[in-house]
Amino acid sequence: MPILWLFLIVAAISVVGYVMGRSRALQSAGGDIRGLHSLPNFYGANVMLKTMVPAFGLLIIWLLVQPLYVNSQVSGMIPDTAIKEGSSRSLVMAEVRRAASGLDAAVSQGQLPASVARDPNADVAVVTQGLKDAGQVVTSEITQPILNAAQSYTSMNAVGYSAMSVVVILLALAGAAIGWWQTHADYRARNVVEQGVRVLLLAAASIAILTTIGIVLSLVFNTWEFFKLYPASDFFFGTTWSPSFSGRGGSSELGIIPLLWGTFYISIVALLVAVPIGLFAAIYLSEYASPRVRAFAKPLLEVLAGIPTIVYGLFALLTVGPLLLDVFGDNGLGWMKAGTAVMTAGLVMGIMLIPFVSSLSDDIINAVPQAMRDGSYGLGATQSETIRQVVLPAALPGIVGAILLAASRAIGETMIVVLGAGAAARLSLNPFEAMTTVTAKIVSQLTGDADFASPEALVAFALGMTLFILTLGLNVFALYIVRKYREQYE
Amino acid sequence: MNDMSRVERQVDTNSIKLECRDCQVYYGDTHAIKDVNVDIEDKTVTAFIGPSGCGKSTFLRCLNRMNDTIDIARVMGSFKLDGEDIYDKRVDPVQLRAKVGMVFQKPNPFPKSIYDNVAYGPRIHGLAKNKAELDEIVEKSLRRGAIWDEVKDRLDAPGTGLSGGQQQRLCIARAVATEPEVLLMDEPCSALDPIATAQVEELIDELRSRYSVVIVTHSMQQAARVSQKTAFFHLGNLVEFGETGQIFTNPEDPRTESYITGRIG
Repeated sequence: MPILWLFLIVAAISVVGYVMGRSRALQSAGGDIRGLHSLPNFYGANVMLKTMVPAFGLLIIWLLVQPLYVNSQVSGMIPDTAIKEGSSRSLVMAEVRRAASGLDAAVSQGQLPASVARDPNADVAVVTQGLKDAGQVVTSEITQPILNAAQSYTSMNAVGYSAMSVVVILLALAGAAIGWWQTHADYRARNVVEQGVRVLLLAAASIAILTTIGIVLSLVFNTWEFFKLYPASDFFFGTTWSPSFSGRGGSSELGIIPLLWGTFYISIVALLVAVPIGLFAAIYLSEYASPRVRAFAKPLLEVLAGIPTIVYGLFALLTVGPLLLDVFGDNGLGWMKAGTAVMTAGLVMGIMLIPFVSSLSDDIINAVPQAMRDGSYGLGATQSETIRQVVLPAALPGIVGAILLAASRAIGETMIVVLGAGAAARLSLNPFEAMTTVTAKIVSQLTGDADFASPEALVAFALGMTLFILTLGLNVFALYIVRKYREQYE
Repeated sequence: MNDMSRVERQVDTNSIKLECRDCQVYYGDTHAIKDVNVDIEDKTVTAFIGPSGCGKSTFLRCLNRMNDTIDIARVMGSFKLDGEDIYDKRVDPVQLRAKVGMVFQKPNPFPKSIYDNVAYGPRIHGLAKNKAELDEIVEKSLRRGAIWDEVKDRLDAPGTGLSGGQQQRLCIARAVATEPEVLLMDEPCSALDPIATAQVEELIDELRSRYSVVIVTHSMQQAARVSQKTAFFHLGNLVEFGETGQIFTNPEDPRTESYITGRIG
C-alpha cells in the first residue's frame, strides 16, 4: 500500500474521530455546552490527536528503522566468497539493491514473469537477460548469491510495508477508540490539547537543534577520515596550499594557513568598509533623521541585505575590479595586476555587510532609553556630544555584537570571493593581489573530480569544520555580549 | 489674575530670576499650555502642582528648552532669564541648559562610573582646567547632592549600581556640577521610597540657598513641605499662583480648593 494512501486513511480516521468525539461530548452534557469542561471542539481535537500522533509517530519510526533492519539482515546473508577482491560488502549491497529494484521494474514491464523473479533457484542467465530487456542497469552478471539476496530484500521489504500498514491503521483505530471512550463532560480535553500544542512546538525546536548536531556529526566523521590520511600538524601549520589534481597522488600540500590568512584579510577589509559606514548610517537614521526620512531610508538600506551574494560577486567582477584596476593597475599606480584581488572582494563584501551592521546597530541605539539622552541634554550637551559620550557607550556592547555577527557573515561568504578575489592561495600582505578563502577552496575541492576518499576531497570537511568552529565561536561570543548588554537596563 | 499684584510686590524682597509671559505650547494640534504667566524667584523653591496631564511638566520643560528635542512641540510667549529672552535666536539652547539644569522623574544615571557621571557636565563645558580641579568639582557636587559619604570610597563603581534614592541624588549632584542658576526638577521623588524622598527633600531645601529651584510634584504634602511658592495648573491653565501657605490654607480659586481637598484630579 503506498504511503500516501496510508496517510490519507489515518487522516480520515482522525477526522471521523474528531466528529464523533465532539458529538459524544455534547451528548454526555445533554446538549448544553456549559455543562462541558472544555469547548466541544477540544474534545474533537483530543480524539484527533490521539489518533494521529501515535500512528504517524510509528509510521516515521518504522520508515526509518525498516531499511536499516532489512539491510543488516540481507547483508548477513551474503557469503564472504561472494565479495570480490578489491570490493567491499557495502558495494555488493548496493548491487543487491539495484538488482532488487531492477527485478521489480522488469516484472512490472512484463519482461520477466513474476514466478521467475521470485524463484530462488531461477536461472541466473535468464534473469540477467530479463533485466537487460527491461532496460535496467546491470553492472555485471547477476550471481546466485546476489540474486537470492535481492529476492529476499524484495520480499522482506514487502512484508515489512504490509505489516506497517496494518499496524499503523490498527494503532490509529485504537487511538481513536481510546480518545472516544475517554470523552466525557468532565474530561479535561482543553488541557490535553494544550499539552499537545506544547509538544508540537517543542518538536519544531528540537528538529532545528538536531539538524545542527547532524551537520556537526557529518563534518566530524569526514574530518576524522581526513586526519587519518593527512597529518593534522601539516594541515594546521602548513604554509602552502597546493593540492595535486591527479586525485591519488601523495604530493598534495594542504596547509590551511594561506586560506585562513586570505579569509582573515578579506574579512578585515570588508569590516573596515562596513563598520564605519554602517555605524554612521545607523546613527544618522536613529538620531538625526526625521521620521519620514527614516521610514523611507531604512527599508531602502535593508534592500542591500536582500541582494543575492552572487549578484554582489558579479558587481565585484564586472564593476569594482576593473575600476580598481584603472586606478591601481599598470596604467595607474602599478600595484595591481588583475581585477581579482583582496581589495575587490573586501570592498564589495563590505557593501554587502553595511545593512547588517546598520540595521542591528540602529535597533540597539534605539533601545537606549530616551532618559539617557534627556539627562545629557539637560546638562547642556549637544546632540553629537550626547551620542558620542552617552548613547554610543551605552549601546557599545550591542554594537560589538552586531559587528561580530557581520564578521561571521564575512568569514562564511563564498560567491563574492570566488568571483572577486581569485583562486590563488597565497600568503601576502599586498591587498591588491589575488587571494582566496577557506569557503572558496571548499567549493573547488568538492566540485573537482578527485576521488571522494582521497585527502584532496576530504580536506574540504576539515576546512568546513575549522570554519564552523571559528564562526560558532564568534557567534557565541557575539550573543554573550549582546545578552550582557540587555541586562543593563532591567 | 488678581494675584499678580501680590507677586509683583515681592520683587522687593526676592529678585525675579525667570519671567514667563503669555506662554503657549502646542503638541501638534493639541493646545497643551494656555496663557501662562509665572515669575520664578531667585533662591526660592517654586512648586508646580496639578492633576496628571495638566501641563505642569510641559511648562517645566519650556524653561530650559527641552521641548526643542520634541519635533511636534511648538512654544510661544516670552521667557526671560535675568531679562534675556531664552527663545531668542542668539541664545544657544545648549548653553541655556547648562544654566538651567534639570533632574528627571526617573533617576537616569549614565552607564558610567559615579565619578564620570558627575564629571560629565564640567568636562563638556570645560569648567575644570586640570584633573585636580575636576576632582574638586566632583567632590563638591557630590557633597551638595548629599551623597558624598555614601560613595566616596567607590567613585569608580558604575552609577547604575546604586539604589534608586542614591541614583536620584547622584543625578542632582550631576546637575549641580555644571553650576546652574536654576534647577528644574520633574517629579524627582515619584520613583523613590519615603526615606529616600525625605533625603531628597532635605537636599532641595539646602539647594535653595544657592539656586532657584522649580519642582513639579504630584504630592501636595511635598509641595507644602519644600516650596515657598506654589502654582496650580489645571487643563493647561495656570489657575492660581502664590505663597505656598496661602494656596494650601486659603486658596482664592474654587478649583484649587477642590484639588487640594481631593475633590478633583
